[in-house]
Amino acid sequence: MRQLCKGNVAIVKGAILAGCRAYYGYPITPASEIAEAAALYLPQIGGTFLQAESEVAAINMVYGAAAAGARVMTASSGPGLSLMQEGLSYCAGSELPCVIVDINRGGPGLGNIAPEQSDYFALVKGGGHGCYRNLVLAPASVQEMADLTMLAFDLADKYRNPAIVMADGFIGQMMEPLELEYREPQIPERPWAVKGTAETRKNLINSIYLEPDALEAHIRKLEAKYIRASQIEPRHETFETDDAEVLLVGYGITSRVLRSAVEMARREGLKAGLFRPITLWPFPKQALADAAKKVQKILVVELSNGQMLEDVRLTVNGKVPVEFYGRTGGNVPSVEEVHSHVMQRVMALV
Amino acid sequence: MPTDTKVDVKESDILAAGYQVSHSKSPVFYDKYERKDELQHQTHYCPGCGHGIAHKLIAEALGDLGLQDKTIFVSPVGCSVFAYYYFDVGNVQMAHGRAPAGATGIKRACPDKIVISYQGDGDLAAIGTAEIIHAANRGEKITVFFVNNAIYGMTGGQMAPTTLVGQKSTTSPFGRRSSNEGFPLHMAELISTLEAPVYVERVALSDNKNVMKARKAVRRALEIQRDGIGFSFVEILSPCPTIWAKDPIEARKWVAETMVPNFPLNVFKDKKHEPVENAVVPQRPVPEVLEIAARESTPIAELPKHVHHFKEFEIKIAGFGGQGVLLLGQLLTEMGMREGLEVSWLPSYGPEMRSGSAHCHVCLSKDRIGSPLISHPDVLVALNEVSLRKFASQVAPGGLVLYNRDRLPADFPLPQARIICLPASEIADKLGSTKAANIVMLGALLEETECLLAATAEGVLKTKIKRVAMMEVNRKALAAGREFIDNYVRVGAVSQPDGFAY
Repeated sequence: MRQLCKGNVAIVKGAILAGCRAYYGYPITPASEIAEAAALYLPQIGGTFLQAESEVAAINMVYGAAAAGARVMTASSGPGLSLMQEGLSYCAGSELPCVIVDINRGGPGLGNIAPEQSDYFALVKGGGHGCYRNLVLAPASVQEMADLTMLAFDLADKYRNPAIVMADGFIGQMMEPLELEYREPQIPERPWAVKGTAETRKNLINSIYLEPDALEAHIRKLEAKYIRASQIEPRHETFETDDAEVLLVGYGITSRVLRSAVEMARREGLKAGLFRPITLWPFPKQALADAAKKVQKILVVELSNGQMLEDVRLTVNGKVPVEFYGRTGGNVPSVEEVHSHVMQRVMALV
Repeated sequence: MPTDTKVDVKESDILAAGYQVSHSKSPVFYDKYERKDELQHQTHYCPGCGHGIAHKLIAEALGDLGLQDKTIFVSPVGCSVFAYYYFDVGNVQMAHGRAPAGATGIKRACPDKIVISYQGDGDLAAIGTAEIIHAANRGEKITVFFVNNAIYGMTGGQMAPTTLVGQKSTTSPFGRRSSNEGFPLHMAELISTLEAPVYVERVALSDNKNVMKARKAVRRALEIQRDGIGFSFVEILSPCPTIWAKDPIEARKWVAETMVPNFPLNVFKDKKHEPVENAVVPQRPVPEVLEIAARESTPIAELPKHVHHFKEFEIKIAGFGGQGVLLLGQLLTEMGMREGLEVSWLPSYGPEMRSGSAHCHVCLSKDRIGSPLISHPDVLVALNEVSLRKFASQVAPGGLVLYNRDRLPADFPLPQARIICLPASEIADKLGSTKAANIVMLGALLEETECLLAATAEGVLKTKIKRVAMMEVNRKALAAGREFIDNYVRVGAVSQPDGFAY
């Protein structure tokens, strides 16, 4: 049965269905409903909710819980994610599966609380120190807030790595129908965890390798996982791309605006299509490269000054002109705004 | 025959020949330190370093108390970062200063295990001050061993938060000056001022008598955790001969003669177990908590057949915070969902502050919804004048504005849209609650546009409003809004003196 649900709340519902019973977090707009829902639900089902003293503490509580073998998560927005970067680097280095949610707001600094997609570099390129990657998923609806959070837990376990759900203030705050089904969570064994038992006594959770060769071997081991993930995990969605001449590329809330813009363009006889990355890392390179072959022009739209744009350009590698339209500061372009940009700037050159 | 008397003996040969530990060692230590790259028969700690003694006291206590299999040891950043070389227990290494946060996560995941956070002074009292204070204040049922040697050892002798006034370090080369760097932090005293910690003691590895006191303190702290009583904290004043540039004997003397007068030895806190009385959270099944189980509602099938006359219908609602702007949007969205439509509700959101205005966007659609952000709504519900002025011009040609007054402002330019002025707040007031103005608007909206069914509205309201009296007011408000439209005189697209514009 469908229930009307807020995006931020759907995150927690998905997490619980995925077997997450531990949440450590710190309030921040526009992500606070995630902590509030976790505080309401988890204690009623024997789980742990703890409001940490800071995002720094929160991510390290996550580290501890993950080290002990728990499915665990935290959530925040840009300023909090900045503080968590240290912990994320440690989680990746120590190969701890955990889920982190970012409800992207305007930055830099205190910025504002309106939606942006400006944390792309920090999350997708790895804002912490060292050679590591985050798995990054970008939901575009309330249903996906739950579905991709569930997927994030599975991917985190599969690769023993942090997985991030990157949404924005609009997807977090909006309400849409949500359909959930209860199933016993399937949580994989974690024989590596430190659980305070005779069986796990020899286990060690650690990211320090003093000898250069030992650290390099560890980094190569991590890299091998990332290569494997980039081969099998990219996910994307397309809309009206079969005969498209102009390809709009956007993720999250932007992809919703672009979908409407494609419909508007098609009504006027312009063959537009949409390519929407669902995984931001690994980036759906192959699928985008394939889609790019058939089009004459690509327009990337982001709520930033052009961050995913770099990945699109790397993927397309100069074969198709890639234009960019970005809004920042919490402004979300209207469908008409994107449409007029497509008509005037992009199509004028086709 | 000349012989070369120099024999090249490699350390590996000695080790291969077998190295016997001549003294007894706790079985909680690994016999051979295989996690070390070399010299696996000895620790990496300098001769005379306090860590060796502190480790030994902890290992022996864990062994004697039978806790080896249950223990998770959290090592910090600092010289003891490699504690996992030695302790044959579960080991977790943490970022600088974050051990108490990590230990919190571990302990909450394994409440019946023994979790030890072992930290130095830079780790605990500088970079990790917030983490230790809050873990202590929450009364995490962990044990913290705080090794205080008044200096940063591993990084090569920089000033610590516990460095004494006048003490030289590589970053206080003229001696610590309180005017510049403040005073040494007294962590045991600080933590003992908190309500939650059960046991706080400071001991010193200065001489055998004090080492025996430290031994007792370590045991007491671990017993408190074993018995599930609460947070235990032992500060251990500890020699660092290498950085202090003293031999081990002098270093122990310096602990006794210089550190102890600055950091008095004391049992600062040793509380009896006091059961706490907190609210009990009732336990419920997951599907019920997540509202996955079928909720009481009117199934779509039982609704009268309602053919939606639109492919997409977009509504914008705006007014002051507190006028039920967001709630009205949610009601419409929920109604649309019950009538089998695709729906979205997008609120304006802002910091909680006085006299803010609020608006929200509602999309009802037969197909998947693209942008939830509406540029040109089919209907604007303006609950105040500010909203009317701000948004009326956005309404799609042929669209509708419902304005919460009996007339338009005198200077208001006529927009393309039809405007219906209805004093919803006044009507609601007469029905017993100004708050129901949004429901009066809902009634009018449904009656005028027929976008959704009034019966669905009643069904949704019933699930949202638990109080019978309030439900009655809302039912009347819904009816009043509909009635207003039914009696509404449509007189043409000119603003009329009676306030109605059309």
